[in-house]
Amino acid sequence: MNEVLKAVGNIFLKMPKGFVVTFKHLFKKPITLDYPRKKNPMTARYRGKHYLERYDDGTERCVCCGLCAAACPADAIYMEPEENEKGERRAKMYEINLLRCIFCGFCEEACPEEAIFLGQVYEFSEDNRNSFIVGKDDMLVPHPRKDNPLKRIYRRVRRVYGVTDKSK
Amino acid sequence: MVEIIIAAGIKVIFVLAAVLTGCAYATYMERKVVGHLQHRIGPSYAGPYGLLQPIADAVKLMFKEDIVPDKVERATFALAPLVSFIPALLTFAVVPFGKDNTVFGYDVKMVLSDLNIGILFVFAITSLGVYGIVLAGWSSGSKYSLMGGIRSSAQMISYEVSYGLSIIGVLLIANTLSLRELVEQQASDSIWFFSNWFIFKQPLGCLLYVTCAIAETNRLPFDLPEAESELVAGYHTEYSSMRFAMFFIGEYANMIAVSAVGATLFCGGWQGPFVNEIPFIGIFWLALKVFVFMFVYIWLRGTLPRFRYDQLMNFGWKVLLPLALLNTMVTGLFVVMGWF
Repeated sequence: MNEVLKAVGNIFLKMPKGFVVTFKHLFKKPITLDYPRKKNPMTARYRGKHYLERYDDGTERCVCCGLCAAACPADAIYMEPEENEKGERRAKMYEINLLRCIFCGFCEEACPEEAIFLGQVYEFSEDNRNSFIVGKDDMLVPHPRKDNPLKRIYRRVRRVYGVTDKSK
Repeated sequence: MVEIIIAAGIKVIFVLAAVLTGCAYATYMERKVVGHLQHRIGPSYAGPYGLLQPIADAVKLMFKEDIVPDKVERATFALAPLVSFIPALLTFAVVPFGKDNTVFGYDVKMVLSDLNIGILFVFAITSLGVYGIVLAGWSSGSKYSLMGGIRSSAQMISYEVSYGLSIIGVLLIANTLSLRELVEQQASDSIWFFSNWFIFKQPLGCLLYVTCAIAETNRLPFDLPEAESELVAGYHTEYSSMRFAMFFIGEYANMIAVSAVGATLFCGGWQGPFVNEIPFIGIFWLALKVFVFMFVYIWLRGTLPRFRYDQLMNFGWKVLLPLALLNTMVTGLFVVMGWF
């Protein structure tokens, strides 16, 4: 008898509270992101897939000095130098193995020319391992760029060096 | 004679189409509502707001391979989905869904079969559904299925009594077993169109009915026969393709059926504002009430965790049955004294 009364009491006194709670949650904004159609904006400091910057006239910033490769703790960067038509040094080959890369951003910090940056792109899955070795063609930003490149560079530079762009 | 058959055929097709579409979209509604209860968004890819998801699911299930495991009892294994699917649909034969109309000069009764023992038929048929589950559990030759089947039968024994008793109060007041007359007795011309609904005379009866109906249809929090965290998928573990789909549709058809019967018994069935003025609006009112019942079902699912086996037994025998008996006795007293 006692058990029955207790159960009945629970049904009428305690259960409605639970229903009120769940009903309130029905109208809250879902946390789930409708992912491939809507994407969360990455923070400015996010370290995604690398990209190689250019000067405003379109020449590549990278001079293939090898400091990024030296700084890389994962030994993910490989490069070979050459000269362009003006006799300036540039990279003939610049490869990053994204499977080795740990996205630490040391290359970005080591680069004296402000050429390599870690971007906002995080969707770069492939179906075979070779495709993860990305070359210069994959990483160089197009010229001219659609968005204002300087803005991005300034932001990067302020983060890395705490100073403004040297090219100014 | 031919006209009667044609009229009945049209009604059957109409009801069947409505119920099966309702089942399909009940799954969609469940996924959406439970999703939002849990701060998710539910299906959203097939069509706008994922509205075509049930169709995609149906197509997928149809094209799936029908796997029959080695150790099943083949005949029973094939029979079981039908046994749980067909009774679920049969219930709708006696549920009235509107005021009688005259269409093209014919008097059309808005009920497939106006049985004078309608409610008895409903209870007899819905109880058959459990055989499908028990047979599926036994014939699958799998321990999970067997456990699910055993649980289902034990659950049914502990709930069927209270389930039957929960509506005795309504029947005592209404003094009829015909669902059509039950609905007509709940009619009201006043602005308070719901003033004659039996839910106000039988609040406890309604609560008991809903609780037992959930147990009857093996829904959370009483979904012990298919408790996925304990029994993989319970009685339909070994089923795939359309055989599984039959269990699935059967479950949802059962939900809609008990919702429709509950709406008919306690919430006035197709009664509502303007039923005398606008033809066929009764269908809308009944659908709306079924929708509300279904929402409560899903809401319950999102709120309560699954009962443990012994809790279920205790609840069935020590809480529901005494309450149902009490309700019956008090209602009987009221009816004898003429207080209703």
